[in-house]
Amino acid sequence: MKIAITTQGQDLSSALDPRFGRAKWLLLVDSDTGAFEVHDNTMNLNASSGAGIQAAQNVANLGAEAVITGNMGPNAVKTLNMAKVQIFLSTDGTAQDALDLFKAGKLQGITEPNVEGHWA
Amino acid sequence: MKIAIASGKGGTGKTTIATNLAVVLSKQGRDVELLDCDVEEPNCHIFVKPEMETSSPITIPVPEVDDAKCTGCGLCSALCQYSAIVCIKGKVMDFEDMCHGCGGCTLICPEKVITEREKEVGIVEIGQGKGFSFLHGLLKIGQVMAPAVIRGTKAAGRECEISIIDAPPGTSCPVIEAVKDADFVILVTEPTPFGLNDLKLAVGMVRALKRPFAVAINRCDAGDDAVKQYCLTEEISVILEIPDDRRIAEAYSRGEIALECIDDYVDIFSTTIKQIEGHHQ
Repeated sequence: MKIAITTQGQDLSSALDPRFGRAKWLLLVDSDTGAFEVHDNTMNLNASSGAGIQAAQNVANLGAEAVITGNMGPNAVKTLNMAKVQIFLSTDGTAQDALDLFKAGKLQGITEPNVEGHWA
Repeated sequence: MKIAIASGKGGTGKTTIATNLAVVLSKQGRDVELLDCDVEEPNCHIFVKPEMETSSPITIPVPEVDDAKCTGCGLCSALCQYSAIVCIKGKVMDFEDMCHGCGGCTLICPEKVITEREKEVGIVEIGQGKGFSFLHGLLKIGQVMAPAVIRGTKAAGRECEISIIDAPPGTSCPVIEAVKDADFVILVTEPTPFGLNDLKLAVGMVRALKRPFAVAINRCDAGDDAVKQYCLTEEISVILEIPDDRRIAEAYSRGEIALECIDDYVDIFSTTIKQIEGHHQ
């Protein structure tokens, strides 16, 4: 299955980026083979607003079935729920660590935001 | 003529200057209107004490999509710069709090399945006080589209000889909405490093908008002379200097207009008006 992981760098040894909408990079990983594609998220990183919604739209349209990130606000959660993309939270470590935890079933899945929107 | 009172830095004295200018013009028998466009926290009414006559809602159009008829083409989502409408795998979803009400999604929809609903973002109140017309916009609590409320407040104004617009502080979208069609902008600052830093930002803004402008220095004898030096170097006129006068602070703290309690200021503000009218001709 295809999983999107928010990262601060461009490979699996990079640290997880705890921000979803304003993550530096998005890695689209095939959890079966370990193969991955890198997607630049700079445009969202610098957006004045709506970064979470836009990132969620990108992730869903890339065909990811799950997302692993640090925090997610209400608009991004609402978008991913509609797109039927699962959301998992991981706190620190590398993208590889997060992927391993995910495969071992140790990541917490959410369907509600764990942080407030930035307008709140 | 529209005169906007703006500043980079907050708390420099925009409201003091806006209300005193409106009062001095009214005393001269001119046809004046004061519009408080600091819609997130309007405060001119504290000094003008107007009798409010009407209160009207200000709305923006937000999209409603007929999901049954939507083909999921995604043109609306690709157009929207604020992620207020998204299209994922052929399904459309809208976020009305993100919507700026431009109407673009409705126009671009090839199937014409997007309709518009008016959403209230604030109100404009209109009244009379101290011999002139008074309007202020109030952003509804929980709403963020201040520019729409400023636009609505200005649209509710009438044609008159002189409109004074009290703008919000800063240099972002709400300020630009307040000053963009002004015939003259007064940038209020104070002689401090913060005042100078934010004045430079505000000067950049009015120059980009190509508005004629000048600077007012409040508490002019309280800080250093860096603001004056900057204005000299940049060839910017200083059309008003208000001293650090305890009597003004006392009048302000009682919710009173400075020139109504302190006679010296009638001449000072009258001179400012003359200078603006000189610039304007």
